[in-house]
Amino acid sequence: MSKKAVTKTRSLSVCHGSCCVLAGARDVAAALKAALKENLPGARVKVKKGRCSARCGGGPVVTVEPDGTVYTGVTPGDAAEIVKKHVAGGKVVRRLAAKAKVEPGPIPALGESGFFKDQVLIAMRNRGRIDPDSIDDYIANEGYLGMAKAVTEMKPEQIVAEVKKAGLRGRGGGGFPTGLKWEICRNSPSCDDKYIICNADEGDPGAFMDRSLLESDPHSVIEGMIIGARAIGATRGYVYVREEYPLACDRVIKAIDDARAYGLLGESILKSDFSFDIDVVRGAGAFVCGEETALMASIEGKEGKPRPRPPFPAQSGLWGKPTNVNNVETWANVPPIALRGGAWYASLGTARSKGTKVFSLVGKVKNTGLIEVPMGTTMRQIIFDIGGGVLKDRELKAVQTGGPSGGCIPADMMDIPVDYEELARAGSIMGSGGLIVMDDETCMVDVARYFVEFLEDESCGKCTPCREGITRMREILDRIVEGKGKRGDIELLERLAFTIKEASLCGLGATAPNPVLTTLKYFRDEYEAHIYKKRCPAGVCKALIIYRVVAGKCTGCQRCVRACPVGAISGPRSQPHNLDQDKCIKCGACYEVCKFDAIAGDAIYVE
Amino acid sequence: MAERAKSIRIDGRKFTFRRGQTILGIAREHGIDIPTLCHHEALEPYGSCRLCVVEVKSGDRTRTMASCVTPAGDGMVVRTSTPGIREIRKTLIMLLLARCPNIESIKAMARKLGVKKVPFPKSDEDCYLCGMCVRACAEIVGVRAIGFAQRGHESVVAPPFGLVSNACIGCGTCTTICPARTFDLDKVFARRGMHRVEGKDGVGRCIICETYYMGG
Repeated sequence: MSKKAVTKTRSLSVCHGSCCVLAGARDVAAALKAALKENLPGARVKVKKGRCSARCGGGPVVTVEPDGTVYTGVTPGDAAEIVKKHVAGGKVVRRLAAKAKVEPGPIPALGESGFFKDQVLIAMRNRGRIDPDSIDDYIANEGYLGMAKAVTEMKPEQIVAEVKKAGLRGRGGGGFPTGLKWEICRNSPSCDDKYIICNADEGDPGAFMDRSLLESDPHSVIEGMIIGARAIGATRGYVYVREEYPLACDRVIKAIDDARAYGLLGESILKSDFSFDIDVVRGAGAFVCGEETALMASIEGKEGKPRPRPPFPAQSGLWGKPTNVNNVETWANVPPIALRGGAWYASLGTARSKGTKVFSLVGKVKNTGLIEVPMGTTMRQIIFDIGGGVLKDRELKAVQTGGPSGGCIPADMMDIPVDYEELARAGSIMGSGGLIVMDDETCMVDVARYFVEFLEDESCGKCTPCREGITRMREILDRIVEGKGKRGDIELLERLAFTIKEASLCGLGATAPNPVLTTLKYFRDEYEAHIYKKRCPAGVCKALIIYRVVAGKCTGCQRCVRACPVGAISGPRSQPHNLDQDKCIKCGACYEVCKFDAIAGDAIYVE
Repeated sequence: MAERAKSIRIDGRKFTFRRGQTILGIAREHGIDIPTLCHHEALEPYGSCRLCVVEVKSGDRTRTMASCVTPAGDGMVVRTSTPGIREIRKTLIMLLLARCPNIESIKAMARKLGVKKVPFPKSDEDCYLCGMCVRACAEIVGVRAIGFAQRGHESVVAPPFGLVSNACIGCGTCTTICPARTFDLDKVFARRGMHRVEGKDGVGRCIICETYYMGG
């Protein structure tokens, strides 16, 4: 080998999203640098901090550029191999190459994987490509072009018109047309100050698109906000981000500082007469502060409790001034719309839901992570084509959409196109875009109980139906899963659900009964089995299942004897074992370890 | 040119209204009864008990709204006692009765709405969080000595951080306005860690700061 290393590789981008950082991305990056120095001294290969690659279950993720090979689950020990074989030798390290589980072999390039190829990236347009801490990287990828056009070439009314034409709707869950919201705020009686807010108080269990966007592409949100401020006539913006997202806080603060240093924020932006600046406010992590009136109360330093609307924020919001609140993902969609026009954006999606939506695909699915698809993509495409199907190829039972206030959509409705209207028709909501895949080992009553318990904890306690009603619903669900359900409990749940939905003060209460209502609508038989037959069909609710050894199938291998944490199983080797029901804590450890599924089917039986 | 008077229809009757009037305000002005538990003439509308919900048709949308906080709009059609509204009120008073089975104002409201049995296990709280004390302290007295602490079902009225509140002037407005009337001044002050006023002949002496006040 000559002294000067020859390689086609330009950079190794190590994903620095939260998941990858936790999985050890920083160590991997350091190891790659060291390996490059040792094996290819003088080679012009950069090790970059990459934007979230959205393969969140497979970190740390390393993307080799320009060929686009994706390596998942990389450890510092793999660094030398990647450098020697791939960077120096030009050969893919097949052992580490990302495998979408639907495909037979390793996937060489990002765009060819089943997980990535059906996605259309607008909000996540810089996925895996830019260093989130580098404003130059962002600018090199069409960054701030939309803003420059909006500030220097377009009148505020034109910006509003383009966003209206795009048909962009609130991505935080409500789905209110963004352009119309801007127009109302813009036309609100003039006063010195108007505010815009970026709602980054993401709190749905299993949803992390806002965090990822702020962590890995903070400038796209800032650019969106500058365009919005120009359109509305706002002088000041706030990013309300939860304290539990430390990386997102750090990156967005750095991004704002960098933008200010480049003259993209502050006085006379791009030498125009337009001035605007952004502050970051850290929320203390109350779910209800994602509700816009509670969010504004929190920014003002008051208790994070919603207040009745009207007056709407566009009339009287933060400190009584006209205020416009949009979600992180909504803001991230704005720059491409300003740059390419509303018609381009509106060409994607369905009749009433335009553009793309980011979903966090989690639960019992093979490929977990963030995906961005055009509105109207069917649930089946999302779960089977992109998600690769249900984990362990079990049977799909339901998909929970929209976070705790959403609902469960059963497996036989997987062909509905996903947009605001279709999800609402199915009894659920778009919400912030959480998709939790559930297989046949999931108990729907238990799922409803989990979400109701979450909302009980997060209710602010101001209004009666939400505070008292959700607690009572949780009590009833508790007794159903404990096998103490009574005749009339289902009707009582329905009565409470109706009252909470109709009478609650804010959106938290108004949507809180959704998990119960949709599971009652599609899985009523499971509730009835719990209450009347005292059985949990999915084998989840401990009070309702019995583990017993099936004598004819047990070979006496003693694996379960060793696995049982309470010593409830006994018996000599090669003889059917005995399970003491009084000692059994129903942890299921014996069921998990029993090897004779294949031969005996159910040597340990769930009744 | 004089503007056409704005009008609203409540339970079939047509009323004109002034700008800023709420549905509840108009209804009460004309003797239409809508039950409330957190509303007080002297305080800003709060909208927490939700008993005052009514059915509001505006344009082609029909919604359930809290009448105490909903400003009247021109052409609104309001129904104050549909079967659905009665069902909601009954469920709400059941929930409050289960929380506070021994408070007279709750029991009276339950009787009025025809609720006798409660399908939930009963607890014995002496506060149903209408917030009148907190609001009176802030809006009328202007000292904000008490507020809400905790969240959700755990919510309680308390001075900041549960500590003895130096802001409290011992005026007793909170106890006077409390519609539950189940606890006396001493009990409230002792439990809420506030200044307690003792004395005769209308002059009180605070046992914490030892200053004299009128109205002990």
